[in-house]
Amino acid sequence: MAKFTKSEVEQVANLARIGVSESEKSELTQDLSSILEFVDALQAVDTKGVVPTSQVTGLEDVLREDEVVRCELSRDELLANTPATLEGYVKVKRVLE
Amino acid sequence: MDLAYLSIGEAHKLLVDKKVSATQLTQYYLDRIAKYDGKVRACLTVCTAEALAAAKQVDAKIAAGQDIGMLEGIPYTAKDMFLTKGVRTTAASKILDNFIPPFSATVNEKLDAAGAVMIAKTNHDEFGHGTSTKNSAYHPTHNPWNLDHVPGGSSGGSAAAVAADFGVFSLGTDTGGSSRQPASDCGVTGFKPTYGLISRYGVVAMASSFDTVGVLARTAEDVSIVVQAVRGRDHRDATTIDVRTNSDLEKDWQGKSVGVVKEYVDQLEEKSKQLLEQALEDLRSIGIMIKEVSIPTIADALPAYYVLVPSEISSNLSRYDGIRFGHSSEQAYTLRETYDKTRDEGFGDEVKRRVLTGTYTLSAGYYDAYYNKAMQVRTQLRQDFARAMEGVVALVGPTAPSPAVRFTDKRDPIEEYMLDIMTVAANLVGIPSVSAPMGFVDGMPVGIQIMAPQTKDDVVLSLAAAYQGKTAWHDLKQRSPQL
Repeated sequence: MAKFTKSEVEQVANLARIGVSESEKSELTQDLSSILEFVDALQAVDTKGVVPTSQVTGLEDVLREDEVVRCELSRDELLANTPATLEGYVKVKRVLE
Repeated sequence: MDLAYLSIGEAHKLLVDKKVSATQLTQYYLDRIAKYDGKVRACLTVCTAEALAAAKQVDAKIAAGQDIGMLEGIPYTAKDMFLTKGVRTTAASKILDNFIPPFSATVNEKLDAAGAVMIAKTNHDEFGHGTSTKNSAYHPTHNPWNLDHVPGGSSGGSAAAVAADFGVFSLGTDTGGSSRQPASDCGVTGFKPTYGLISRYGVVAMASSFDTVGVLARTAEDVSIVVQAVRGRDHRDATTIDVRTNSDLEKDWQGKSVGVVKEYVDQLEEKSKQLLEQALEDLRSIGIMIKEVSIPTIADALPAYYVLVPSEISSNLSRYDGIRFGHSSEQAYTLRETYDKTRDEGFGDEVKRRVLTGTYTLSAGYYDAYYNKAMQVRTQLRQDFARAMEGVVALVGPTAPSPAVRFTDKRDPIEEYMLDIMTVAANLVGIPSVSAPMGFVDGMPVGIQIMAPQTKDDVVLSLAAAYQGKTAWHDLKQRSPQL
């Protein structure tokens, strides 16, 4: 077991932007290890030369006319669920320190 | 008047004959919810005012002597993954605790237009991540047949609502069995369409190359009526397809062949196996020839699923950033803290596990070993299914390895995943599948699963309807949960 180390948990949590507590880290180390161990069964499957499937019904390049489509919703309706707004804009904390 | 466990057709006739008004019908289900949902806990939000207002409109139409459509005035529930304009939609997650959608999902728009009456939003595993509905951020749902058991998942609230007679049908979703497995656990009919048959626009995304809209009802015939109303291309969901199908259910099965999937039957507990044998006998009695088929790669389906689905989840759930909509941490002082703390506070344990697993399998250095490999296995599975379906009109097998588990059964994440072992393949391959009740094991219902090639949705529903014509396991008027 212990395929996943604590530092790897920290690394993916960092990439996924999820803050995890110390106690969560040790639990996740175990859980993610057992999940990886489970899916590792795939490594034994011979898939040489097999084309990967990313879309099951075979659709590709679904296009529409290149026209402006008006949004049916007003600015107020669109911003109604936004946690912080200022004068009709989405308010974001400073990006550069 | 006894309104218990009405089918769509029966409810429609009562409305047309003016034996009952749409308002009375809606009130009947609202009363059932008020009386029994304290035990079952299938609902997250009950839409009393909206439902009664919609029913009143139907009554006005009937009073004016106008004809009404089949779904007009028919009360239903919808999983809380469907965006419903003006009605709180949580995806059973704290991160959407305060979310009131400014628009409705295409499916709900279509049902609104058809005059159906939405009475409640149902509980489920957070974002659809689970097989028991225990992963809801709000509360668990109890199986109406025995409150000590889970209702299955993720659409456990929808399945429990149909079994407890909280509405005539329910909308679910099905990414790996989330409509079929709870249907099996709750003794109702649960359908997963061909990928793209029903628009996903306005349905909270889980894994986009797998997600489908499911329909749960008491009978395959009812499911079919709802599917006819909600299917079809939608310019707002580019993956939707147009399928020309017959709205009449096929009745003649004489001489048709159906394959039984050996690998699924082999994993079945003895009591369920006996019920499946009896179900196959019932199918033979309508003229069907049963032959055994083998799909060797089927063992790879669940591991492939648990690489691809978390990968797509990690990508889809990146939108919950605490900035544009949904929960935003009040403890955050920098942008980075807004992300980290919002997602820590807003996501439950299983959601975190899946986002982190998916982040890992997509990360540089692991993509080929996991994600690409699983996509190749998906191709092999599609080819194997195509081979298995040569010369047969459908495949059958059990829906789940066992009946609904007890709340007290302690299970680790992998054991929870195993409950989807017989349903995930249909999502990997994109084919239609339905679960129909085939009996009881120790008082708990179990289902038979029917699958067919892509776009043969009417075949699985017709065959399930033919099976239900020969059996009474689905008939809740004869045997229903005692609440």
